[in-house]
Amino acid sequence: MKIIKTAVAGTMESSDIMITLSPAAEGISIDLDSTVKEQFGGQICAVIRETLQKMGITAAEVSAVDKGALDCTVKARTEAAALRAGDTQADWEGLP
Amino acid sequence: MSFTKDRLRRTMLFIPGNNPGMLRDCHIYGADCIMLDLEDSVSIYEKDAARLLVRSALQSMDYGQQDGRTEVLVRINDLKSGGLTDLEAVVPLGKTLIRLPKTETPNDVLECEAEISRLEKAAGLEVGSTGMMAAIESAEGILNARDIAKASQRLVGIALGAEDYVTDLKTTRSAEGTELLFGRSMLLHAARAAGIAAIDCVYSNVNDEEGLVAQAKLVHTLGFDGKSVINPRQIDPIHQVFTPTQKDIEKAMAVIAALKEAEQKGSGVISLGGRMVDRPVVKRALYQLELAKAMRLI
Repeated sequence: MKIIKTAVAGTMESSDIMITLSPAAEGISIDLDSTVKEQFGGQICAVIRETLQKMGITAAEVSAVDKGALDCTVKARTEAAALRAGDTQADWEGLP
Repeated sequence: MSFTKDRLRRTMLFIPGNNPGMLRDCHIYGADCIMLDLEDSVSIYEKDAARLLVRSALQSMDYGQQDGRTEVLVRINDLKSGGLTDLEAVVPLGKTLIRLPKTETPNDVLECEAEISRLEKAAGLEVGSTGMMAAIESAEGILNARDIAKASQRLVGIALGAEDYVTDLKTTRSAEGTELLFGRSMLLHAARAAGIAAIDCVYSNVNDEEGLVAQAKLVHTLGFDGKSVINPRQIDPIHQVFTPTQKDIEKAMAVIAALKEAEQKGSGVISLGGRMVDRPVVKRALYQLELAKAMRLI
């Protein structure tokens, strides 16, 4: 799957994470803003990266504003942003 | 995961499907059932994100559905307006029942059932293992309640959606609930005739506990299994209404003791205090004890 436009998913509300995905030439770069970045920043980035990889996305610029989201929320918001940015529908069997 | 028809459903907590905080915490309040909503509480522009969020939550959260502590349902959209995609997102997980909105005819249930069966088969799940609940929210639906309730073996209950129903009746909701009397009675009889649960509507004024308790007492008296709730604060007052008194509990325990004594003697006649105890009395006693147990009174 390819990121073809900038798209956002999630909110700035507590327990959520707002993920913005934009096209990139190569690789996945993540800019994370989180109040718990020191404790959980690595884990949040790992979930974003793993989710994108499982969706077959190899190039994307990611901006994430975390408000204390659980891993399942990080995954779901990354998926939603990716599907919107790829302008495609969910292939439920192919999703992580 | 298979579903259970006969279980406590005193409260069904509505959780907006696009709210991560509520999806995280909803199982800690003690509701008997949790309904993750993809329909009315989710903006049309966020249906895709809510579907993914509910799916992800079901994949990773332990809501207590596996050990039977809690019943989890996902309220889908109308099949023609995104409901089919909702089913595709959650049915293959095998972790939730499906609540069908605005059910008007038995065919609505059958159409949804056919899609669920198709998805179960494709996912390698046992066909028939996903339970359903139908919400009835119109005059047409209420008049068809009996046929709706009997439309599928997957149905564990039918529920009243009052806001749409009273709008359809060209009236509004009153404190006394007079406008709902026929709908509630009809729905309850349909559920009982089909041997499934009857769930009452939400009480939308979350700050009016007195009104909530009055409505809960009314539907408890009518025979409903429970009520839908939109705020965790509404759970305990409803559970209190459905809690038997100490006198009721003692009487129920005496009935069950008499039943066991009769069974030990090999007698088909149950006797208590010189009076014969009928089977319906035993059934009521068992229900009272189940309610008492849920409140940790026994």
